[in-house]
Amino acid sequence: MSDSTTAPKRHAAGLLDIRNIIGGLLFVYGVILTLMGIFGDKELEKTGDVNANLWAGLALLVAGAGFMLWARLRPLQVPEHHEDDGEA
Amino acid sequence: MASDTIISAAPVDYLIVLLYFAVVLGIGALARRQVSDSIDFFLSGRSLPAWVTGLAFISANLGAVEIMGMSASGAQFGLPTVHYFWVGAIPAMLFLGVVMMPFYYGSKVRSVPEFMRRRFGTGAHLVNAISFAVAQLLIAGINLFLLGTIIRAMLGWNLYVALIVAAVIVLSYITLGGLSAAIYNEVLQFFVIVASLLPLTLLGLHRVGGWDGLTDGITKAAEANPDTIPPADQQLNSWPGLPLTGFDSELWSVVGIVFGLGFVLSFGYWTTNFVEVQRALASDSISSARKTPIIGSFPKMFIPFITILPGMIAAVLVTQISDLKAGETPPGGASGEGVSYNDSLLYLMREVLPNGLLGLAIAGLLAAFMAGMAANISAFNTVLSYDLWQQYVVKDRSDGYYLTVGRVATVAATAIAIFTATLASNFSNIMDYLQVLFGFFNAPLFATFILGMFWKRMTPTAGWVGLVAGTVSAVAIAFLSEDAFGSWSTGVIPLGGQGAAFVAAGVAFAVDIVLSIVVSLVTKPKADSELRGLVYSETPRADLVDPKEASYPWYRRTLPLAGISLVLVVILNIIF
Repeated sequence: MSDSTTAPKRHAAGLLDIRNIIGGLLFVYGVILTLMGIFGDKELEKTGDVNANLWAGLALLVAGAGFMLWARLRPLQVPEHHEDDGEA
Repeated sequence: MASDTIISAAPVDYLIVLLYFAVVLGIGALARRQVSDSIDFFLSGRSLPAWVTGLAFISANLGAVEIMGMSASGAQFGLPTVHYFWVGAIPAMLFLGVVMMPFYYGSKVRSVPEFMRRRFGTGAHLVNAISFAVAQLLIAGINLFLLGTIIRAMLGWNLYVALIVAAVIVLSYITLGGLSAAIYNEVLQFFVIVASLLPLTLLGLHRVGGWDGLTDGITKAAEANPDTIPPADQQLNSWPGLPLTGFDSELWSVVGIVFGLGFVLSFGYWTTNFVEVQRALASDSISSARKTPIIGSFPKMFIPFITILPGMIAAVLVTQISDLKAGETPPGGASGEGVSYNDSLLYLMREVLPNGLLGLAIAGLLAAFMAGMAANISAFNTVLSYDLWQQYVVKDRSDGYYLTVGRVATVAATAIAIFTATLASNFSNIMDYLQVLFGFFNAPLFATFILGMFWKRMTPTAGWVGLVAGTVSAVAIAFLSEDAFGSWSTGVIPLGGQGAAFVAAGVAFAVDIVLSIVVSLVTKPKADSELRGLVYSETPRADLVDPKEASYPWYRRTLPLAGISLVLVVILNIIF
């Protein structure tokens, strides 16, 4: 907590915005699973002939990128005194 | 891969699990050092947007119970399990948001016992604090047991060794600060769990031949073993839910579900469970606090599709589970003492997930159980050190003294949880056990709460008498039923399964209400002036609403959102 008494200070939450953390982790998982889907053992007898790692990996890449995009387009302002912002 | 562990994890799976915990502990470390305003923003009281608290609200509950318990019930009973969501949780969450939340947010209490102390004074506070502490220890045992089963499933260790290792892991998670960023982690955890259970469900459905393949499988199994398996149409329709309640009469089954599960148990659970309500209290306004459970109700509605459905698939696709359902006792299982319904999800993971996705699933499960147990332990230690020790045992010492008490309590609670975990391992379906516990603790609490909130005449004496009598009568019913207490039950009342828990809860509720009213009429109530913010009629309306609410567009207001949620859940009830 800073003790600035001037106008309410607001700045972007940046990397620590929870959407970036969620997006980042999902994206990294997406990379790992996509690589597993391409190079790893596909274990098709388990999944019923679906390359599950590949599809799940691609979906995670999209979801992760989506979260990071959301955070980029509607950056979260960290207020000193909370007041309602467009985040719902 | 002829290993004797249930799950064969590859290095890539461990990598995924480690990544998760690195991120979680990293957030915890940052939070503890308070390096960033934005961490503050996410942790400090009353500053979170409603979508974050809404997801945390769901996620705080999306732990052992939801994942393992619901899939176990799905495997055992089929579709009637959805009542936990569509009759139980959702209406209760809407009620919490619309009616109760303004009191919690407005009166600024921080725990259930604190509300009890302000409304009813010392007696009810002491009773409630003790029963809350005991309940947390028992529920921590369930989380620890499930955590231990996963470790055992991966590494093949003896269950006791696995339990001790799991306990040590949870202790270090608490000590390293994983809990200090609880809400932050819960939102993260929600997405990891969905990302792991969704592919599991889709692959399982694909393997079993889609919805038609699933219904065929369930029908065939039921026809082959009419003695042990409930008829397929009972498993594939949510109403009247005979397999779930264990009642013979359709009418009483519906009554049991609506009153026992829907009203008493679920309202009791969702409206008095402060592990969850606290999530809403962290939001930025009364309006957000009220919207927290309501926003949470939307994802909650669809969680059955990734928890109950995999259980039903496991009962068809996994030989061990279908054998168990047919009345056999297949060896193995995560406890090592034979397969139980609790193992459904683990076996399904082994059956359909390739390495990689498997790691994601393990990470999600470990995260959920560990966070769940850590939350139980920390709730226990808060209540023990501040509500019990400071109030009644050693008063007026420095903060440092009570912090030390809290640390000792944390270690002691973890050790006790190892013992309560072995209690939990006696139940083939963890959900039965949990409903019994909720009947003991939450049903009377809800009765006392709701009466105390709307009837200013209710007296301090009635507060504690009702609580004690309610709990005692629920314990008595469990003791007299067929199996609600496992082997301790005497079977005087011919009721088993979750129906017994519903009856115990209903009786506890009724006894509590009746006794509270009788006792109130003969004892002295508190002065009206002491009840502001605690009792409905003594609280000015302006304290209960957010002045800005009316200026929001309709999709951000409490009541329209609750209405949409209610309509959706009615539609779901009609379809299934």
